[in-house]
Amino acid sequence: MVEMRDISKRFPGVLANDRVDLDVASGSIHALLGENGAGKSTLMHILSGLYRPDSGTMKVEDRTVSFASPLHAIRAGVGMVHQHFMLVETQTVAENVVLGDRRLGFRMDPAAIRDTVAGLGRESGLEIDPDALIWQLSVGERQRVEIVKMLHRGARLLILDEPTAVLTPQEADTLFDRMRGMAQAGRTLLFISHKLNEVMELAETVTVMRQGRVVDTVPKAQVSHRELVHMMVGSPVLFDVTVPPVQQGRKLLSLRNLRVENDRGQTAVDNLSLDLHQREILGVAGVAGNGQRELAEAITGLRKLQAGTIELDEFDVTGSNQRRMIDLGISWVPQDRQHTGTAPNLSIQENFDLKHYRSARRGPFLDRAGQSRRAAALLAKYRVAAAGRHQPVRLLSGGNLQKVILARELSTELRVLVAESPTRGLDVGAIQTVHELLMEQRSRGVAILLLSEDLQEVLSLSDRVAVIHSGRIMGILPRARAEADTIGMLMAGVVPEDMTT
Amino acid sequence: MTGSTASGTMPSGRLRLRLEARDQPGLLTHVAVSLLLLVAALLLAGVVMMVAGGNPLDVYRSMFGAGFGSKWGLNDTLVKMVPLTLASLGVALAFRMKMWNIGAEGQLLMGALAASGIALFAVPPDMPQWLALGLMAAAGAAGGAVWGIVPGWLRAQFGVNEIISTLMLNYVALSIVQFFVYGPWGERGFGLTPMFERNTWLPRLTEFADQWSALRGLTLHLGILAVPVAIVLLTILLNRTKFGFEIAMVGDNPDAARYAGVRLRRTMIIVMALSGALAGMAGMNEVSGVVHRLLEHISPGYGYTAIIVAWLGRFNPLAVAVVAFLFGGLIVGADEIQSAGISSLLQGVILFVMVSGNLLIRYRIRLRAPEMLE
Repeated sequence: MVEMRDISKRFPGVLANDRVDLDVASGSIHALLGENGAGKSTLMHILSGLYRPDSGTMKVEDRTVSFASPLHAIRAGVGMVHQHFMLVETQTVAENVVLGDRRLGFRMDPAAIRDTVAGLGRESGLEIDPDALIWQLSVGERQRVEIVKMLHRGARLLILDEPTAVLTPQEADTLFDRMRGMAQAGRTLLFISHKLNEVMELAETVTVMRQGRVVDTVPKAQVSHRELVHMMVGSPVLFDVTVPPVQQGRKLLSLRNLRVENDRGQTAVDNLSLDLHQREILGVAGVAGNGQRELAEAITGLRKLQAGTIELDEFDVTGSNQRRMIDLGISWVPQDRQHTGTAPNLSIQENFDLKHYRSARRGPFLDRAGQSRRAAALLAKYRVAAAGRHQPVRLLSGGNLQKVILARELSTELRVLVAESPTRGLDVGAIQTVHELLMEQRSRGVAILLLSEDLQEVLSLSDRVAVIHSGRIMGILPRARAEADTIGMLMAGVVPEDMTT
Repeated sequence: MTGSTASGTMPSGRLRLRLEARDQPGLLTHVAVSLLLLVAALLLAGVVMMVAGGNPLDVYRSMFGAGFGSKWGLNDTLVKMVPLTLASLGVALAFRMKMWNIGAEGQLLMGALAASGIALFAVPPDMPQWLALGLMAAAGAAGGAVWGIVPGWLRAQFGVNEIISTLMLNYVALSIVQFFVYGPWGERGFGLTPMFERNTWLPRLTEFADQWSALRGLTLHLGILAVPVAIVLLTILLNRTKFGFEIAMVGDNPDAARYAGVRLRRTMIIVMALSGALAGMAGMNEVSGVVHRLLEHISPGYGYTAIIVAWLGRFNPLAVAVVAFLFGGLIVGADEIQSAGISSLLQGVILFVMVSGNLLIRYRIRLRAPEMLE
């Protein structure tokens, strides 16, 4: 179906794809596995016409191709479903499916379109009501619309970018069934993933990428879980963190019966209570979108509480705004580094100072000399790879951007640290650094709330593991009793029998 | 060409323009691109003049001569530069924070109105000049500030689009001014108020002709001093103060600013107040320094031109003032050649070219032969 040879793509500062070869057999389910930043998405964007390779050749169904846009790709039978859906919320499913379809001509025949869309849905097992409006649909249903859209355009190769990232476990299972069905019907499926379990469950062939290169392509039947991990990360041990034993301190942060709404006014955090102690890392495990973001924003003062109280060191701070929470010593490493954590066009120095500038004792004026000194020190201490402290942070790689954020958040007199997916998308070296920094803060007496989708990370670092599902805490396990199986069930919203006591 | 491939739909045999990102555009790039675009705009406007049967070279020569060629021309240019700079600085301040304040015209009018109110009713003829002028300046700033705070508050509290609200408030302000100059403050229905008392006039250069005879007849008033003061203060505010840093944060990424503890609403309202106050000061300058009364057409659209000036000056106070000086000359030159459309034609074309050419600062254009695409 697909033959990619010697594909290279360079972005400013990164070689995202380095002479990559990829072969995909017709009618197969092929997984592209790798850590965040391994170059999977770039490669798929090239195959689907979004990017143009710097060098290399591509063949689709034995014809040499060069796509100037996704339109050319879909004409050749290659369609991609992106992680972020590209749908018009106020239009119906049928309208979205035919949107931009040039074969349609000027006049539309709504009834015929509806029938076609409904027919495609039945045929592929992806039933959706063609008259439903997109905004009324769940994430899983929206994904179906995207897939049907690609099928309607004539995609024979369907690329799915981390299709389960936004789904509940049940939705993911259904999707897997449908994908198998489509493969049996002769379509080729290529999906990007960094989750081993789903790759092992679904794929027939696995291509593993690491740091822009293809490590190997292997039939799934001939490879073990362990070997795949090894290929992915390059070293047999995923996280080698030493958690030094410390005497847990007194209760520092106490959340009682929190109820928080998301942006759409739905309850995202539901009657949640947690205690966080000095010198403790409390890991919160959960599938993305189960209230983690809203919880973090509530603690840090960015999001209003609908109900409940927050106490910091036995002092009621409920209803404090972000500014006050910062001044009280609550640091926050947000999940979204570009859109929340940094101001992209401001310099490294200014981003170091995003919060700290207020503490300069110069009346209304900035302490520019102090800023410079501080920036130079932080740049060196956190080993940020940059052209200098005046470089805009948008030019930094993900790992270095995260170092800038950590440098800022950890260089204050902090008491509580809320860390959201602190290592997401980072390379192994940077992950190591981040983990060490968290451990150092723990030893210093900081209470750390670690919200992460990465179970491995939560298990490696946490003194206690809380599992969140639909905004509720399903259970809290001490490190010794936190086993992946139990936590996995809790993450899916199932309480194991031996825990119901 | 390989027309049989799946890419056969691609246009073949043609050169293609491709944009390539520059890493970090420097000052030199900014200046060079701006000059290039200015030349392009003059050429484009020249084409229009030629189509209309004029000789663009003659037009440009006499305009330049009128605006910058003599002591008198420079005097007039500087007089126009004062309100233009103040209003443009106000606009630039708001634009820095991505608050699209299109309402400098209305803020200027409200400033002029408030200053006139003081001059007409609160200043006895024997009040010392410095006090009268101080009161008028404060009133002008306050009038403009109110006209900035209203849309600022609406935006902060209810998310009302400030582009629409500030634009609409321009018409409201104009109507209010019209009401006063034709109604309660008017003189026999001519759309103007009586002349103010002398002690509310900003001193003109010609008043110092006794000491320096060269100044005789020059109408430039002391309001020009507000220009360097405003530039310096604004530069300090933007670059050296905590509040200025907050403006930069909000302008670059409001979410990050909120995350960093910036009180967004408060910042928005204050910035709109300052922005309006600067435009209001421009209005005060016009009534006190130029016409010495309030009239319906107190502004020939300074508030709108200010948007162009702020944009072209890339929101940098000093650059804004330089552009305002050039545009002052443009207005004087256009008056000189007695063709009402020329000034707005040029302003429009310059803005159009600059805004569309803006991407040249971030990107460079590369030509690519189609062969390379295959």
